[in-house]
Amino acid sequence: MTSIPADQYVTDTSTDITEYWIDLFLGIKGNEYFCDIDDDYIRDRFNLTGLAQEVSHLSLLVDLITDAIDMDNDDRSDENRKNTEHDARVLYGLIHARYILTLRGLTKMFDKFRTGDFGFCPRVNCELHPLLPVGLSDQPRVASVKLYCAKCEDFYNPKSNRHAVVDGAYFGRSFPAMFLLNYQQAIPVHSKQTYVPRLFGFKLHEYSKLDRWRQLQRLKLEDRLRKDNVEIDDVQGGFETSKKESQGP
Amino acid sequence: MASEGEEDYVPWIRQFCKLFGHDYFVAVSHEFIEDDFNLTGLSSQVPYYKEALYTLLDYQVDTIEDVKNGGDSNNKNNNNTKPGKPKHELPNRVILDSSAELLYGLIHARYIVTKAGLTEMAGKFERNEFGSCPRYYCDSMHLIPVGPLDISGQETVRLYCPCCNDTYVPQSLRFLNIDGAFFGTTFPGLLVQMFPEIENQCRIRLNKYKNEEFGLRLFGFRINEKSMSGPRVKWLRAVPETADEIAEYDKCELRLPWGEGDDADEEIEDDEEDDDDKTMASE
Ligand SMILES: [Zn+2]
Ligand SMILES: [Zn+2]
Repeated sequence: MTSIPADQYVTDTSTDITEYWIDLFLGIKGNEYFCDIDDDYIRDRFNLTGLAQEVSHLSLLVDLITDAIDMDNDDRSDENRKNTEHDARVLYGLIHARYILTLRGLTKMFDKFRTGDFGFCPRVNCELHPLLPVGLSDQPRVASVKLYCAKCEDFYNPKSNRHAVVDGAYFGRSFPAMFLLNYQQAIPVHSKQTYVPRLFGFKLHEYSKLDRWRQLQRLKLEDRLRKDNVEIDDVQGGFETSKKESQGP
Repeated sequence: MASEGEEDYVPWIRQFCKLFGHDYFVAVSHEFIEDDFNLTGLSSQVPYYKEALYTLLDYQVDTIEDVKNGGDSNNKNNNNTKPGKPKHELPNRVILDSSAELLYGLIHARYIVTKAGLTEMAGKFERNEFGSCPRYYCDSMHLIPVGPLDISGQETVRLYCPCCNDTYVPQSLRFLNIDGAFFGTTFPGLLVQMFPEIENQCRIRLNKYKNEEFGLRLFGFRINEKSMSGPRVKWLRAVPETADEIAEYDKCELRLPWGEGDDADEEIEDDEEDDDDKTMASE
């Protein structure tokens, strides 16, 4: 194999040597939660509505992300190129938040969910249930990405520090809800089990009281659900809910 | 074999606490270990109990290997002079090491529920040496090690968060083979009772977020309970907030105030039965 000097890389040669911008982006440490967005989606201006406010030179950035231009052949200053690269990553993140709410995007995220790319719930009673990424806000630069567990319905901090710098807006506040709405098979059995601290075998009074109150809230929920024709099924490891079968054919 | 009086000699206990994954342990004082009362019942749980005890108190203990080596080389004159046990009753090095670790762990679980041990562990808690709660709304509350059981060899160490009242698997793999019984079921409850400041720290965090803030949103809206993907475990993290809820909470003092002779009654009895089973199991 003849090697080509780096400065001769041209994107439209479509050889194996070419490194696509998106592949490089996904390979950066900390970007493990992102899926790859179809070029078609990025190139469709409709999907970028409103994003021109967030980054400047939108067209240039789109070209960069989709490998229509190559920054290595660029004669702009290093500083300038660094800013452009940074903006391209921001843009990719913001498009990503929209993309993962589409059917194509959800499918890609479902595959990542199934392989545990987002990690597993650290809660003992969740028994390593796979997590989903979530933003606390859809606005960029508000909060870093968090993880949602559909079993305990709670938010967790990512385990690794490298995810603490990933903007939550790149995943968005709505993603897990949209995901579970579309993949109801991903809704897990919920455990009723709670933990109450003990002293020499005996449950601590104050904590038992709180635990009882929480169990009461659960029983009240079950009552409300039954009235709304939602079935509560006790299954191994907890309970799940289903729509009551309507009578007749 | 390390000869005695060497300057870089590290006492067994200090060495144990420095081992990979042993970050949660404190050093138990020799004084505590030398008091027979504190060791009541342990001799039947640990193979080669006496040898293990001497090991962690830094006495020289002969193993099968020592006797063999001692016999081979004449340079060591001290090795075989002790009127020790017959060779076939000596432990081998590997068994002795694991016995000593088991014994130390069991003593450790007892030590950290004494005043001295609790104080030392409180220091580690304050310095966040057990890590922070991974739950976002717990705002990096410090965690407390806990054993699901007091019987050794069953479950690994977990971490209790006094803010969300839940237990977590340690984040680092290094703790995944540390026996939970070496910390025990009682420790977190006792720590929280003895240091009320911990509950204050939790209260500040609990007041920071309201129950309503938890849970998923879809384009700004909460998911309806009736929806199949609606919330099902909100109760797990709920805290009484409104006057009604507080009144309801007060009714939970001694029993679950639910159901007067209808179907729901059975369910509660079941729950309580489960509870009793758990209590028995952990004793
Ligand atoms: Zn969970
Ligand atoms: Zn917590």
